Amino acid sequence: MNLLTDPVGITHYLIVGAILFVTGAVCMATKRNALGVLMGIELVLNGANVNFVAFGSEYLRPGVLGIGLDGQLIALFVIILAAAEAAVALAIVLNFYNNHSTVDVDRADELKG
Amino acid sequence: MDPASTLPVLLGLAWLVPLASFTLILLFGPRMGKHGQGAGMLATAAIGTSAVLSLIALFFVWVPNYDWAPEHHAAHAEHGSAEHHETGHGEAEHGDHGQDAHGADEHKAEEHKTASEHHEWHKPYVAGEWYTLGQFGKLRIGISYYIDSLTVTMFAMITFIATMIHFYANGYMHDELHEITDHEVTLSDGHHLHRPGRFHRFFQYLSLFCFSMLGIVIAGNIAMVFVFWELVGICSYFLIGFYIERKSASNAANKAFIVNRVGDFGMIIGLMILIATLGTFSFGDIDTDGDGTAEPGIFSLVRTEANNHALVVPDGMVRAAAHSEIAAGVEPTAEQIAKWRADTGPGGVGRTAYWLLIVAGLGIFCGCVGKSAQFPLHVWLPDAMEGPTPVSALVHSATMVAAGVYLVGRFYPVFTPEALLVIAIIGCITLFIAATIAIVAVDIKRVLAYSTVSQLGYMMLALGVGGWSAGMFHLITHAFFKSLLFMCSGSVIHAVHTNDMTKMGGLRHKMPFTAYTMLAGCLAIMGAGIPFMIGLSGYYSKDAILAQALSFKASNPQWGFLFYVASVGAAITAFYMFRLWFMTFAGKPRDHHAYDHAHESPKIMYYPLIVLAVLAVVVAWPFWPVSIVALLEQARPEGFHETVNGVLVSNLTHPAEHISHEPNFHNQATWVATFVGLSGLGLAIVFYGLSLLNPAEVARQFKPLYTFLWNKWYFDELYHYIFVKPVLFIANRVAEFDKVVIDGIIDGLALLTRMIARLDDLSDRYLVDGFVNGLAAWTYATGSKLRSAETGRIRQYVMFIVVGTVAMFVLISLYIS
Repeated sequence: MNLLTDPVGITHYLIVGAILFVTGAVCMATKRNALGVLMGIELVLNGANVNFVAFGSEYLRPGVLGIGLDGQLIALFVIILAAAEAAVALAIVLNFYNNHSTVDVDRADELKG
Repeated sequence: MDPASTLPVLLGLAWLVPLASFTLILLFGPRMGKHGQGAGMLATAAIGTSAVLSLIALFFVWVPNYDWAPEHHAAHAEHGSAEHHETGHGEAEHGDHGQDAHGADEHKAEEHKTASEHHEWHKPYVAGEWYTLGQFGKLRIGISYYIDSLTVTMFAMITFIATMIHFYANGYMHDELHEITDHEVTLSDGHHLHRPGRFHRFFQYLSLFCFSMLGIVIAGNIAMVFVFWELVGICSYFLIGFYIERKSASNAANKAFIVNRVGDFGMIIGLMILIATLGTFSFGDIDTDGDGTAEPGIFSLVRTEANNHALVVPDGMVRAAAHSEIAAGVEPTAEQIAKWRADTGPGGVGRTAYWLLIVAGLGIFCGCVGKSAQFPLHVWLPDAMEGPTPVSALVHSATMVAAGVYLVGRFYPVFTPEALLVIAIIGCITLFIAATIAIVAVDIKRVLAYSTVSQLGYMMLALGVGGWSAGMFHLITHAFFKSLLFMCSGSVIHAVHTNDMTKMGGLRHKMPFTAYTMLAGCLAIMGAGIPFMIGLSGYYSKDAILAQALSFKASNPQWGFLFYVASVGAAITAFYMFRLWFMTFAGKPRDHHAYDHAHESPKIMYYPLIVLAVLAVVVAWPFWPVSIVALLEQARPEGFHETVNGVLVSNLTHPAEHISHEPNFHNQATWVATFVGLSGLGLAIVFYGLSLLNPAEVARQFKPLYTFLWNKWYFDELYHYIFVKPVLFIANRVAEFDKVVIDGIIDGLALLTRMIARLDDLSDRYLVDGFVNGLAAWTYATGSKLRSAETGRIRQYVMFIVVGTVAMFVLISLYIS
């Protein structure tokens, strides 16, 4: 199977999702800036969202699913979750900045063992 | 004034006033006046009130109301009139029933019959019940009274002498008003005991003592007697042990109490026989159920009116003896009982019943032996000298020892001739043993103590040979002179601070009142008098005893030794009393230090001495309008106006007492008494008055005898070996058994328990604790190791998550596919 020649199918979506996910994870693991880490989280979540939407699409997987709206619903749910998470996380970052005058996550090591 | 209702009130009050004093002092004693001085005054006032009440009862209630014929009694007491008149014994309101009784034996029976046919013959007494404690079937126990002339006389005597002693004690005990240093008690740190004075406590006990003694005298039933008997015992215990810190005093108190318990054991047996067979404790006839007829008391049961008051075995005892022949639920008929009663041959029912009566009597007498310090229980009385001297005076005259003799007198109707013989023999032995010990004693109070024992022996002897009024008479006269003698000795001890007569001498110059009042006492106890003219109190009572013993000897020649021993005892009495007087008051001072410090006692102490000395001289004179003999004669137990014969012991005859008043006995006895008294006195003068013979030399000559007497016939040693040693031996063995076996078992068990506990402890510590602690330590170590994973670096955590997820994915895809 050749991805470049084949028509766009679910595999392509999954590859895009995986790339987004990995990019996000790498971003989380490498960024010292808390805002960068949050962005990485967003990428990871959206990578997962692409997968959900792909798997839940009647168009991409004909005859497999019932009504075919599950993926979209979960994706919406994840978006809402991401929004809520961003609000909380940004509040934490703001507080962190107030206390430490920086947003470097490596400085947040007071609870280390 | 109705005597039957007045007497119980007067005497009851006289009895209870000392109790009130006791209670008040018990509650408020230390706060009464300075150092409790008021306690002495209160107690004295209380007993003084009792004395006044008793004397009123005697002179203003009893004497005017009950038939009274002093001239007859005075006549026969003094002259031994052959024509003997018993006075009528009816109560005054019944009229004067004179009863003409028999000078000669052969006329007696028919005369008596005539007399009882024509007259309601009643002994004057007042009996009743104040308060019923309980009724158990037929048996009734209550606070009752039995008042006859003996009761009234005893009340007057006890309260009067006790009053004198209280006055005296106020002076004698004044040391106790302050802090006291007891030089006879050395504490472990070498100092003498220092303690607060106990003046009030002394008078508290004294009041209780008087109350208890009066309780015995007024008691209307034998159970009540027993209660007050024990109260007297406990009071004597308190008072003998007054200086409780002294070892000797506490020992003496214990000895008195324990020896008395031995006697009381017998008394309880007697009581049980009476309770089981007669169903009543009451002395007199009291109408308790209110049906108009009086229930018969012990006296009426034993000496029924139907039988002319001669001793018969009561129906109850016959029934008890014949219990095997009586079918259950069947009441034996009167004929059957009479038949059984007559069956007195060996093995017969009547004999068993008779034995019951004897044992009941002897049981009661056992208690009297303990209380009146008769052989073989006389050992406690001399040791009782550890108490303060006023106590000795009280114990030895009016209370305690008098209680025993009084009870024998009170219980007289119940004693069979055989029991009386035992009493006589015991009395005889006692009087001789005690008199001989008194010869060598040097402690002034011990001489008097043995003299008391000896005189009590006289009383018992008199009672035992049928001389009821002689014994009671001697009890009264003895109370006067013995309290006098003791208080004199107390006065001497107070002056020279020692009891040892060998340190005295010549004291009559320093303390004339004491010396001459004591001389009066000595003469009285010796029985001095001009024969057939006049004499001191002891002269009359001792003569009466000797005359009765002589009369008994004439009727029972085989028991003649009783008279001889009594005569010899009288000589010894005179000897040791004057030995005491000469050693103390005459001659040259033996200890100049003591002599120089000697002084006459304060007035409060020697005034009572003078009063008692006068009474010791005159109290027994028969020419008073109210003579003691005539008074006592009124209370003579019914049935003892005539000669009594024994049943078990053959040839045992108790001659009637009036026989002893006849000239052939009375004159002989008077001469004998005078002769032995004078010979004893002469001997004392030879030894101690004029020092013609050296007593120490004589003591060396008769060394074994002297040692024997000095050691009090070795009674204490004997009892030590017979009773104390075996008890100690058994106790020691038991203690060893305890220590070795019982303690061994207990200790072994304890050891085992300890070992098991130790094992348990080990397992707990190493097994259980080890497990729990190990777990905790492991958890702790694991936690310590794991904490290093918490680096606090978020990027690293993300890396872990990613790597972990990938690793899980790889693993799952490797194993599951």
